[in-house]
Amino acid sequence: MLSLLTHTGRFTLRQLSEMGRMFLFLLSAIFLAFRPPAKIRLIIHHIKTIGVDSLSVVLLSGFFTGMVMGFQGYYSLRKFNAESWLGSAAALGLLRELGPVLSAFMVTGRTGSAMAAELGTMRATEQIDALYSMAINPIKYLVSPRIIASLIAMPLLTAIFDVVGIYGAYLVGVGLLGVSSGSYFSGMESSVVFNDVYSGFMKSLSFGLIITWVCCYKGFHAPPMATGVSQATTESVVLSFVLILVWDYFLTSVML
Amino acid sequence: MIRVVDVHKSFGGQQVLKGVNLNFTTGKITTIVGTSGCGKTVLLKHLNALLLPDRGEIFVDDIDITKLRQKELYAMRGRFGVLFQGAALLDSMTIFDNVAFPLREKTRMSEPEMRKKVEDRLDQVGLEGMGYKYPAELSGGMKKRAGLARALVMDPEIVLFDEPTTGLDPVLATGIHQLIARTQQAFGFTGVVVSHTIPQVFEISDYVAILADGVIEEAKPTKEFQASQNPVVQQFIKGEIEGPIRVL
Ligand SMILES: Nc1ncnc2c1ncn2[C@@H]1O[C@H](COP(=O)(O)OP(=O)(O)OP(=O)(O)O)[C@@H](O)[C@H]1O
Ligand SMILES: [Mg+2]
Repeated sequence: MLSLLTHTGRFTLRQLSEMGRMFLFLLSAIFLAFRPPAKIRLIIHHIKTIGVDSLSVVLLSGFFTGMVMGFQGYYSLRKFNAESWLGSAAALGLLRELGPVLSAFMVTGRTGSAMAAELGTMRATEQIDALYSMAINPIKYLVSPRIIASLIAMPLLTAIFDVVGIYGAYLVGVGLLGVSSGSYFSGMESSVVFNDVYSGFMKSLSFGLIITWVCCYKGFHAPPMATGVSQATTESVVLSFVLILVWDYFLTSVML
Repeated sequence: MIRVVDVHKSFGGQQVLKGVNLNFTTGKITTIVGTSGCGKTVLLKHLNALLLPDRGEIFVDDIDITKLRQKELYAMRGRFGVLFQGAALLDSMTIFDNVAFPLREKTRMSEPEMRKKVEDRLDQVGLEGMGYKYPAELSGGMKKRAGLARALVMDPEIVLFDEPTTGLDPVLATGIHQLIARTQQAFGFTGVVVSHTIPQVFEISDYVAILADGVIEEAKPTKEFQASQNPVVQQFIKGEIEGPIRVL
């Protein structure tokens, strides 16, 4: 009984201190991002890698998600004889929810895991120690530019996901199931308000932060061996997914 | 002058350093020898506070570096050049950019000036014309030499060499030893060398220390060290199986 209690206590303490360390890591990365010199070239480089790496999966998943929404939306709306609202249903679903969340998942899988693996390998091969020894703060050099880059790239990728998804739903709804093209777009136009776009934007921004934060932290602190790197990669993806969904719930409930 | 005072360090339950005391004289080369896995790299990483001791102090010119604040710590590290055992080149950039990296990040040197300096350093370690390659495209010995070029490019006051000649052929090893001695004479840096290339490394060493069982067993000027009657020293220099150092 007592051992169970100490066990739980120790586990809780460990988790709490890990959370504290993660939070401090994020704070110092953000703080250092604002300290000159700004690493413009690195930021552009990372925007390019995040964007190029993830663009194809985002396009593909956006398109298919949109097409599925076309079918599903049509199926449910037809029960109320409201097929003409398909455009509005698809757009709201994509802009507010599916676009930000699914593109964040894609970026986690494609870029986040690569970040964790890259930083983990740098830790294992003493490259992070080498940066310290050259009096270069590795958080400023490795993490801050990635965080800024993800804040820029993530909303853009989400926007692309949304647009492609809306056209996917259009293709199915209008092209295949015979919803009229005019009502698809006019329904969308009349029901989507600024707040929908705004909440989607805020979500994608914060998901971008979550992904780089978690993946860089896990990679940065990976145990210096091959299994350590692979474990850090897995953990970073799982933790990012969970945090994205939890934060999504929180944002949705606040911003609805 | 660097003074290591009663430094203890453990990893998990394993005690690696058990009270190391050692002085490094300014402007001289001190070589640390010892069996593989005895903690030489760990000791070296304490000298520029990449690792902090569990107990004990490290003074660089009478400043206790274990108690420095972040900003002072970075300034202090800027005085060091480090060659890591595994070279630790940044593998996202070419050899040229690796060597140029500290100059780009830490100085305002003009591009042509920097280019010349980096190319000079690459020539000195026998890597002329290799600057365009990535670390992954180099052999182990070439990486080591590129790491050496990077360690020396800032003309540091203190240079830590972790096994500069391991993995090099004997001719190149002599060449690297000569390079270390030459640059040391030219710039007068304080050198700390960890090496297994015995006895050749003694030729460039002013002092030699042997780390055994977590403490400095003996530290002396090179000549006296080689003549030492300490059985640990004798066994190590001669590479004998029988003796106080237990192997296998
Ligand atoms: N970060 C670390 N975590 C846990 N143990 C470590 C760590 N670094 C070193 N050790 C342990 O400390 C001991 C000494 O390691 P160190 O790398 O200093 O040896 P070394 O004397 O440099 O050996 P070699 O000549 O083979 O390079 C080893 O047993 C190693 O397992
Ligand atoms: Mg070593």
